[in-house]
Amino acid sequence: MSKINFLKPDKDNLTTFLYMGSFLFVISVIDVFLNSFFSLNITGFLPASLSFIIPIILGFIGLYFIRIEHSGNKLLDQLNKNINTSNFNAILSLLIIFIIIKSIPPVLSWFVVDASFAGDSKDVCSGTGACWTYIKVWFRRFMYGMYPNAEQWRINLSFIALALLGSVGYFATEKFKKYLTLYYVVIYPFIAFLFIFFFISGGPIFFDFSYGIIAAVISIIIGFFIPGRFKFYYFIFVPITLYIALKYFIFYEELIELGKLDGLNWVETGAWGGLSLTFIISFFCLIFCFPIGMAFALGRRSDFPLIRYISIGFIEFWRGVPLITVLFMSAVMFPMFLPADFFIDKLVRCIIAISLFEAAYVAEVIRGGLQALPRGQYEAAKSLGMGYWRMHIFVILPQALKLVIPGIANTFLALVKDTPLIFVVGLLEIVGMLNLAKTNPEWLGFAMEGYVFAAIIFWIICYAMSKYSYNLEQKYKTER
Amino acid sequence: MDLKLQKIIPQLITVLVVILVFGFFTYNAQINMENRGIDFGYGFLSQESSFDVQFSLIEYDGSHSYFRAYLVGLLNTILVSVIGIIIATILGVIVGVARLSPNYLIKQFAAFYVEFFRNIPLLLQIFFWYFAALRALPLPQDADAILGVFFLTIKGLYVPAFIWENLNVFLYSIIAAIIAIVVIRIHARKVQETQGKQLPVFWISVGLIFILPLLSFLIGGVSLSFEIPKLKQLATTSFKYEGGISLPPELIALTLSLALYTATFIAECVRAGIQGVGKGQKEAAASIGLNPNQVLKLVVMPQALRIIIPPTTNQYLNLTKNSSLAAAIAYPDLVLVFAGTALMQTGKAIEIVSITMLTYLSLSISISILMNWYNKKIAIKEK
Repeated sequence: MSKINFLKPDKDNLTTFLYMGSFLFVISVIDVFLNSFFSLNITGFLPASLSFIIPIILGFIGLYFIRIEHSGNKLLDQLNKNINTSNFNAILSLLIIFIIIKSIPPVLSWFVVDASFAGDSKDVCSGTGACWTYIKVWFRRFMYGMYPNAEQWRINLSFIALALLGSVGYFATEKFKKYLTLYYVVIYPFIAFLFIFFFISGGPIFFDFSYGIIAAVISIIIGFFIPGRFKFYYFIFVPITLYIALKYFIFYEELIELGKLDGLNWVETGAWGGLSLTFIISFFCLIFCFPIGMAFALGRRSDFPLIRYISIGFIEFWRGVPLITVLFMSAVMFPMFLPADFFIDKLVRCIIAISLFEAAYVAEVIRGGLQALPRGQYEAAKSLGMGYWRMHIFVILPQALKLVIPGIANTFLALVKDTPLIFVVGLLEIVGMLNLAKTNPEWLGFAMEGYVFAAIIFWIICYAMSKYSYNLEQKYKTER
Repeated sequence: MDLKLQKIIPQLITVLVVILVFGFFTYNAQINMENRGIDFGYGFLSQESSFDVQFSLIEYDGSHSYFRAYLVGLLNTILVSVIGIIIATILGVIVGVARLSPNYLIKQFAAFYVEFFRNIPLLLQIFFWYFAALRALPLPQDADAILGVFFLTIKGLYVPAFIWENLNVFLYSIIAAIIAIVVIRIHARKVQETQGKQLPVFWISVGLIFILPLLSFLIGGVSLSFEIPKLKQLATTSFKYEGGISLPPELIALTLSLALYTATFIAECVRAGIQGVGKGQKEAAASIGLNPNQVLKLVVMPQALRIIIPPTTNQYLNLTKNSSLAAAIAYPDLVLVFAGTALMQTGKAIEIVSITMLTYLSLSISISILMNWYNKKIAIKEK
């Protein structure tokens, strides 16, 4: 055994340094651990300030001893490489380890150990922990807003149905795969619109809906007997004609009786709220902002100067103002711009405002994709004799959209995170409901629980979306 | 002929549609305002506002005009944005660099921070800090002093105020130091280009920026003292601090959440920028004999900044726009003071909302014009 130099740990005395270093390091961790979990201070005999920093000093010396390069011990090398490359890194690692150990007990006790789950009144929440009873009691309000309790199955049913219809893409066979884009871009949003505006709001509009269903069913049945050549024109004109005929000329009185589904009461949009409203708004804005944004992205790259300037003006205007002022505008200024007897629902105004706002961001993202495509793609498509629309639909947009998946996903994430702002017009989604519940005199003082609950929900939604977009990006990645 | 028509017709149709829509809106607005007996005009800006604002940087009370109320709101917005941008930049750069650290723990810690704060709506974070976290602070009479001079209470943060004498001399000394540094830098560059010698510019600069202000204290008659906030009893249970500067809890909650939220995005920009500089660049720089400091200063940073700055400016703009969420917690920013209170009182919806939007718009557009100019200037000139 060679001479030991404590200032320079080396390979020759590996075992000695390893034992001493690990011992000091473990001591320091145990000190912090006992201190935080059992409030036991094993260095309590020292002055307070010294006892406070002693774990860091011990740990630092320990890590210094075991920092031996190329020791031959795989585990040790791995450890040194990852957390112990230099003195500075060692201190940072120690601090992070200590912060984690220190923060586990208070977090755990607030979330679980001292928290109250049982009961349904404020009295059970006397401990120091969180009061999850509060969330339990208000759960329906946080999810559905002021929507009547007895009618909430309508929201659940609609969302379940839409989720099932949305998952069609995973089960489609090869034969139907080519129709999927059409389905998701045109048919699915239409069905969703019908569900939300007729089923969730319910009431008298449902009559019109029933005419529509009957017209559709009849025209589909007759459609089987129409020769293929005319099918396209048939399905454009006949259902609409049938609908108008049914509504205004034929079974007027009888159908009102038929169309009335008992118990489907009208629920005005002011009563909608909670997480379901977050979903509804995000869903519609997502559907609307994408095509609008695409149109303006193409407009901004158009050869026609007037169209280009109008697009630039539109995009820069919406990107330059905060969403909250846009919502202010939709609330106080927009009604002034419409005829006096013309009333647009608050929720619809909100959706229009947010869609236009996000469309500008989508437009910029898509423009980035369009610019990133090599000129050769445009020239190749033109040399094949394709016109503007054919070139964009079959060659340019599929490639450009593939490139901008991350950007689009970020815009959609921003959209979901922006929905709480609708409090400006008086609509209360989950954060708004939390603020309402917080001021309830029977449940004062549980703001923290509510915000933590909402934060967890939003975090899960947003994190899942970003991971999904990452997967999409990997799936559609093409080598250039 | 045919081609020309093909070019003109779509443009004509678009312009026609736009004009029709705008015409429809203006027509309706006129009729609606006539019906309600409101007249359009910006004359109200000089009228007496007769409302108070809780927190303002310039002197303001109810007897001032609406225009002054607008200025109060604008200054408060700028204050929040500037503080937020400074904190967010510092935090963002640290976290962004930490995400590339060789240390596994630091890397994960930074990643956790980014993923955590990025995926929670900003409004929720503001509410959390304002209604939940800051409400847990002690009352003024129970607060302990931090470092002896700061008092963090439920009613806000109290910090000592600076009391200057001959402040202008001090400012002149700083300006003189900056001019001297610029001159020395230009000279040093010339020396390097002509003689190949490097002057210790950094140390000279540090010396100047410290020594000149110090001289102003010693010779110029500048003096600085602190006014430490003192607890004062108003009634048996009501206390407040007097003296010093008080920062209201709204301001703290807003800047804190804005900074924490925006820092995650800045961190991602910084990470992307540093990762965007090829490994070969560093190796090439090292192989021609530059030392690590020079590699960082002359090769890596200029290239990384080219990637970092445009998206980061975008984030600064976002932060400024997001500061309008102040209205949710009643911090008197532009939206709350002007588009909120002033609009309620005057009922001039179109004028006030348009002024508010134009303010934000001109702010954004001027910054983006500046950015485009900068981008063009630093873009790599390929041949």
